[in-house]
Amino acid sequence: MYYKTKGYRIFSVANYIFLGVLSLLCILPIIHILAVSFSSMAPASSNLVSFWPIGFTTDAYVKTFGNSNFINSLMVSVKRTVIATIIGMVIMLITAFPLSKEDISFKGRSMYTWFFVFTILFSGGLIPSYILIQKLGLMDTIWALILPGALSVWNVILMMNFFRGLPKELEEAAYLDGAGHIKTLVLVYIPLSLPAIATLSLFTMVYQWNSWFDGMIYMSDVKNYPLASLLQTIIVQQDLSKINVDPSMLENVSQRTVRAAQIFIGALPILLVYPFLQRFFVKGIVIGAVKE
Amino acid sequence: MMLVPAVLLAVVFQYIPMGGIVIAFQDFKPYLGFSESKWVGWDNFKYLFLYPDVGQVIWNTLIIAFFKIVAGLVAPFLFAILLNEVRLVAFKRVSQTLVYLPHFLSWVILGGILLDILSPQGGMVNRLIVALGGDPIFFLGDGTWFRITLIISDIWKEFGFGTIVFLASLAGINPSLYEAAEVDGANRFKQTLHITIPALMPITIVLMTLSIGNILNAGFDQVFNLYNPLVYDKGDIIDTFVYRLGILNGKMSFATAVGLFKSVVATILIVISYRLAYKMANYRVF
Repeated sequence: MYYKTKGYRIFSVANYIFLGVLSLLCILPIIHILAVSFSSMAPASSNLVSFWPIGFTTDAYVKTFGNSNFINSLMVSVKRTVIATIIGMVIMLITAFPLSKEDISFKGRSMYTWFFVFTILFSGGLIPSYILIQKLGLMDTIWALILPGALSVWNVILMMNFFRGLPKELEEAAYLDGAGHIKTLVLVYIPLSLPAIATLSLFTMVYQWNSWFDGMIYMSDVKNYPLASLLQTIIVQQDLSKINVDPSMLENVSQRTVRAAQIFIGALPILLVYPFLQRFFVKGIVIGAVKE
Repeated sequence: MMLVPAVLLAVVFQYIPMGGIVIAFQDFKPYLGFSESKWVGWDNFKYLFLYPDVGQVIWNTLIIAFFKIVAGLVAPFLFAILLNEVRLVAFKRVSQTLVYLPHFLSWVILGGILLDILSPQGGMVNRLIVALGGDPIFFLGDGTWFRITLIISDIWKEFGFGTIVFLASLAGINPSLYEAAEVDGANRFKQTLHITIPALMPITIVLMTLSIGNILNAGFDQVFNLYNPLVYDKGDIIDTFVYRLGILNGKMSFATAVGLFKSVVATILIVISYRLAYKMANYRVF
């Protein structure tokens, strides 16, 4: 057998080492940020911290959570993520269900499909969308963040493909038993699609939590910023004029540790749902995307 | 009936903004509105090709997008093949979990991390470079290094996730092919060369063709979160340029014209690439 040869053994060891290092490289930066966020000011600002905190302290977190802007934005993000995920999933299901029918039983099917798919191919662009939100009076409301993305055509296509993979007989049986479209969807299709729905809701949650650009352009008041937009402003642009920082508080906490703490809190929800996400998504994506 | 909400959303948030494209042909003034603003025909587009920075911006977009597309195919391809050689299931699983993770973090978070670790004043990476006897590099302040950083950090974020489709194809290879090769005396390297790589070709071709449509997408999120005025000349891409001009400088008509130019080119490219993918590998989305 090939794996008993000397050459392959050498390759194999090198391969394990290479892949191991590569995997570590992917998360070491995150561990570093975590270590900095729990370190005390002096070692952090003189760049002594690597992957383990020096002078362990939670000051940076205490200070971060003491900032009212931060708490506000955290709330906006949570609210946005919950509402948008629920609305997004309902719309995805009721759109994918009719589109998964055969052309014979649903006449305009391919016309509707093209109507939706065209929006992926071509869009009005940033400025017209911005003017629209302004005209609709949605500026500075949470709906400016939720409604434009409420219909995800990609998710609809994935869901539609999943529905099509379900056995036809179940649906026919439901109709014979006198169930209408809505009953069939709720009682037959949805229970059978829970893994796919779970995958797509987790993806939607991650997307909503991570979105920052819409918050920055549609919200004029920093109070309405979702967390991702706030972090963009204070960490990436380092524009502190937008938030009220009490200079006296900064004295005993280094800027760097606070930034690290904020980055870590911003990533935390993702890190928490990630284990669940990971269990589902490989199957979910492959089933939806790759067709034999 | 069930389609009503989706149709409404698509009309309001997708099709109505498409109508807003008319401002690309106007000298749009928000206080005058669509009907009162002056029509200027193709002037904004003529301006587009005369505007001094536009050529550079388009070039930046193309070059950054091109290297990202190549890296986005090669890195997952190689990683999938190497991972396929791993026999320890636990190792495989842990490794996959770790490399997928950055995909789910936003460029805001990753940008914040990169700003910290790439800082010329004692960021992790520069400390390592100095320890190895080199000079600190100002990764995000130097045009050439900025582009390299964009491409490498894009690999960092996406290569793990990109392997999923390749791993799925690898799982579909019939094991008896390997057994037959084994009997014929092919070693593992030869098996990889003659069985594994050819088996991955169809999906690679599909991904390659589909990526044509992305040649004008150099990644707004990433560039926006990493760049600064020092690297505008080498790092500004169409999307960031539209944003700065349209939203920050208020040149709405001109920015819309640039955006429309990009949309039209991208749509044509996507349609062509889907046709190609369909012809060459019988790939269909729906």
